[in-house]
Amino acid sequence: MHFAICDFLLDMIQNSVEAGASTIAVGVIEEGGVLDAYVEDDGKGMDELELERAKDPFYTDGKKHPGRRMGLGIPFLLQSLEIAGGSYELRSRKGEGTSLSFRFPADGIDTPPTGDLAGLFLSAMCFDGDYELKVLRRAPARDVGYEIRRSEILDAVGDLSDAGALLAAREFLASQEAS
Amino acid sequence: MAKMNLEQLRKLREEKKGDMVRRNVEGKNIQIIVGMGTCGIAAGAKQTFDEIVKAVEENKISADVIIRQTGCMGLCYVEPTVEIVMPGMPATIYGRVDVSIAREIVAKHVVGKTLVENHIYDRPAVDIVKS
Repeated sequence: MHFAICDFLLDMIQNSVEAGASTIAVGVIEEGGVLDAYVEDDGKGMDELELERAKDPFYTDGKKHPGRRMGLGIPFLLQSLEIAGGSYELRSRKGEGTSLSFRFPADGIDTPPTGDLAGLFLSAMCFDGDYELKVLRRAPARDVGYEIRRSEILDAVGDLSDAGALLAAREFLASQEAS
Repeated sequence: MAKMNLEQLRKLREEKKGDMVRRNVEGKNIQIIVGMGTCGIAAGAKQTFDEIVKAVEENKISADVIIRQTGCMGLCYVEPTVEIVMPGMPATIYGRVDVSIAREIVAKHVVGKTLVENHIYDRPAVDIVKS
């Protein structure tokens, strides 16, 4: 089971990358006692049956893990939302993409910790492939609010497979999160 | 901490480039790949990844090293997993790589060219996996 909300989000973004998305939008908004988050992609999408199955922990398309009958990414998130009294919307269209949004009560006793958002956004930019990641972040109570794209970071620091580039990008993202 | 803008990020990156010590003229030929699937994330692969980045920088080998993330490598029971591909060493998959083992792998395997015992695993053999 994942520890923090950031872990769920990274898992969902990794799904989007594997679904061949060329643009992925991720947002984390903390406002009015609620933590709202979303991941939207233009990847290969799912039909209605596949979408229902994605919520089943004992289903996978069998391509990633031949011989195994498990797919825990989305089920982990749904279980955590149910425990904490959160809610979600999961929509998908075959060939067009998938969008997932969810919200947790910010001070719920069963709400997972938010986690390391700067680390999340950096990791989300580090997968192989040529995709755009659009980050939207708002937490007005902490005076945090920014938008950044993967292409902007790559343009500033170069390839993110380099330790120096990773450290610089991390410092940049951490400074955006500082209140 | 003051919020940086993209220009400051560019400057910071240029400064860090100056610290690099380039050992191989032929370019980057050491690959460190961290498994970042559901299993890896649940086991703490993000922390492992961060520690590898730090250790690579501290050992001043970032000019030679490529750090990548991938999905599940098929070894969910020993996550976090890290694969290292480099000249002079067999391609190796390490499992149960927590923060301290990550540091040890960079220092011993990548820099010292010595295997780190008790953490070496391999992919499941294809002939025993039913598809």
